[in-house]
Amino acid sequence: MSSEKVLIKGNYAIAQAAINAGCQCYFGYPITPQTEIGEYLSAEMPKLGRGYVSAESELAAINMVVGAAATGAKVMTSSSSCAVALMQEALSYACSDEVPVVVVNVMRAGPGLGYVYPAQGDYNQAVYGGGNGDYKIIVLAPATVQECIDYTYKAFYLARKYRNPVILLADGLLGQMMEPACFGENPYPEVDVSSWALTGAKGRDGKAIYSCARDEKAHIQKIHDLFKKFEIITENETSYEEFETEDAEIILTAFGSMTRNIKAAIRVLREKGVKAGGFRPITLSPFPTKRISELAADGKDFVVVEMNMGQMFKDVKYAVEGKSNVSLVNRPCGEWLSVEEIVSSVEKILNKKEGAYASCI
Amino acid sequence: MQAVFSTPKSMKEDFKFTFCPGCDHGIAVRLVAELIDELNLKENTICSTCVGCSVFLYDFLNIDCVEAPHGRACASATGVKRTNPEKFVFTYQGDGDFASIGFAESMHTAIRGENISAICINNTTFGMTGGQLGPTTLMGQVTTTSPFGRNKEYYGYPVKIAEQIALCDGTAFSARVALDTIPHINQAKQALKKAFEVQLKGLGFGFVEILSSCPTNWHMTPEEAHEWVKNSMIPEFPLGTFKDLTEVGVNK
Amino acid sequence: MGLIKVNNSRCKSCYICVNTCPKGLIKKSNKTNRLGDYLVEFDDKNNECVACAMCAKRCPDLAIEVYK
Ligand SMILES: Cc1ncc(C[n+]2csc(CCOP(=O)(O)OP(=O)(O)O)c2C)c(N)n1
Ligand code: SF4
Ligand code: SF4
Ligand code: SF4
Ligand SMILES: [Mg+2]
Repeated sequence: MSSEKVLIKGNYAIAQAAINAGCQCYFGYPITPQTEIGEYLSAEMPKLGRGYVSAESELAAINMVVGAAATGAKVMTSSSSCAVALMQEALSYACSDEVPVVVVNVMRAGPGLGYVYPAQGDYNQAVYGGGNGDYKIIVLAPATVQECIDYTYKAFYLARKYRNPVILLADGLLGQMMEPACFGENPYPEVDVSSWALTGAKGRDGKAIYSCARDEKAHIQKIHDLFKKFEIITENETSYEEFETEDAEIILTAFGSMTRNIKAAIRVLREKGVKAGGFRPITLSPFPTKRISELAADGKDFVVVEMNMGQMFKDVKYAVEGKSNVSLVNRPCGEWLSVEEIVSSVEKILNKKEGAYASCI
Repeated sequence: MQAVFSTPKSMKEDFKFTFCPGCDHGIAVRLVAELIDELNLKENTICSTCVGCSVFLYDFLNIDCVEAPHGRACASATGVKRTNPEKFVFTYQGDGDFASIGFAESMHTAIRGENISAICINNTTFGMTGGQLGPTTLMGQVTTTSPFGRNKEYYGYPVKIAEQIALCDGTAFSARVALDTIPHINQAKQALKKAFEVQLKGLGFGFVEILSSCPTNWHMTPEEAHEWVKNSMIPEFPLGTFKDLTEVGVNK
Repeated sequence: MGLIKVNNSRCKSCYICVNTCPKGLIKKSNKTNRLGDYLVEFDDKNNECVACAMCAKRCPDLAIEVYK
């Protein structure tokens, strides 16, 4: 399997990559557009003598994942938007517990039930979290089926390396699309979890994994420690992709599968003589704030293209800090913004020569 | 002279119970610790703790523990057990935790027949938050959120947890016990032992509901609280074993 | 012939043991704990304690040890 190319759907690619990464047990509850992940694993995990649990809800699934992860087991759950909303409480706990949890969110529309239109409306939910308190999650956003595989491997590795939850933030388009991809070998080394994993108090005192420290001072210290850890994660793991930014005057910025459309739009704009470049955060958290700030300091303007009401837009603005113009081209959900729509919106923005909001209905 | 009664070895040396004076939680924790000693489980146990007056259980017992959010201990324990089938896994929860906010998780863990043991301390109230009406509050009982007493119009009825759990196909053992008298404490230990043993034998979900006093929120002395367990709780929540697969054989 | 030892740092003065001992060998003392509650004391001048451990089994705070 390793080096050969296969034509595979994003959801199946994620599921098989999880197996290759050594996932010992999957816990989940069905929801479109990611149900194939659970279906695939329900068939494959038993053959490998690994676990599959048909959880009664996403609330249960994520708490099963946290319990299992506390013992050092490699485990995951997958879901979509309104159901990932049910996992927010446990994700807050998991960050404070410092357990390596992997959650796949194949986004659909919101708010509420949101139907199954594709969307990117869970940027805030993933990056800022819907749980209580100060915590940070690592968020990886694949743009191709190949990256679904690569970042699934990476998600399991980073979760254990940093004892921090990781969300793989895909979308319905990626989950449902078929593309040639190659599984290769999981490139990451095993992480030793023996210092903290619960194994039974054999030859030692009992240890506990819990979210709240005993007194105010200790709790304040705990939160500082968690944020110091995330500084290290930011330093080591911030990841992004740039195309033709060198001479660019305007940089199209997108995450996830919208990356594909800005790449195509850049080609069209370049043909029309517009010096367009592209920037694509791969880790939405940690966000490549520093690099965006550098590009803005060079006087380059930004156009954020996303399938939501401007969720990543405000993080780009924050990074730019007024050093250049930042505009938004967006649609809340449904049909992906086409290359033509993006090109014409960028042209409108260029004509006005100021920050603009070019929402495509 | 020889000690005939002392602190169980699986208690932490310097533990300090955070329970109120006279609270039966302390007796329940002791029984659990004694059984961990007697069944030699200390080195092989992982406990899923809950949120409630027993939230700091991991400071009392010298075993490995993972804290679950309020109500999710059975789900957390499922995750632990499915990835560590050789470990002894149990939960220790309040009635609010087990049978209100977490009842879906609790019931489904029993329905799936997860091979874990679960303990639910029924004190007819949300103890930790100051004695509000909960799933097991008795009809007529006054709490801070049922100031005129529980009635069916506003609050519906209390749940009979051990009977409900016994109805689940995956349940191997379900019993209700109390801690108000020495014979009842002895019976409680026997029931807990069975709930542990069904797991060790791989028979399925082992469950014990323990009727416990909450002198603080009931506004009673510890002895009055035990009288209330006897006179008001036990008639509504009858003691007994509602399912025991060790008696009738394995569930098919 | 028996004997009990009360661990004053664990005792929360609930007095369940006082009401439990069938021989009435446990009493409120004059000593107080850090909360100002009167601690209990074992008073067995006539060696009546039979080490039945009823007091210890009902003590919610594991404050009583029983010897024989
Ligand atoms: C999701 C959530 N809701 C509410 C609370 C507040 N809370 C903490 S403990 C508790 C009640 C505990 O009652 P019970 O489970 O019966 O345990 P007891 O304290 O009576 O032993 C509540 C409502 C919480 N911590 N988390
Ligand atoms: S509030 Fe009630 S249940 Fe909680 S520790 Fe106090 S007496 Fe026990
Ligand atoms: S062991 Fe029995 S006789 Fe002795 S003090 Fe305790 S209850 Fe009384
Ligand atoms: S029962 Fe225990 S805690 Fe209560 S008064 Fe006696 S020794 Fe103290
Ligand atoms: Mg309660």
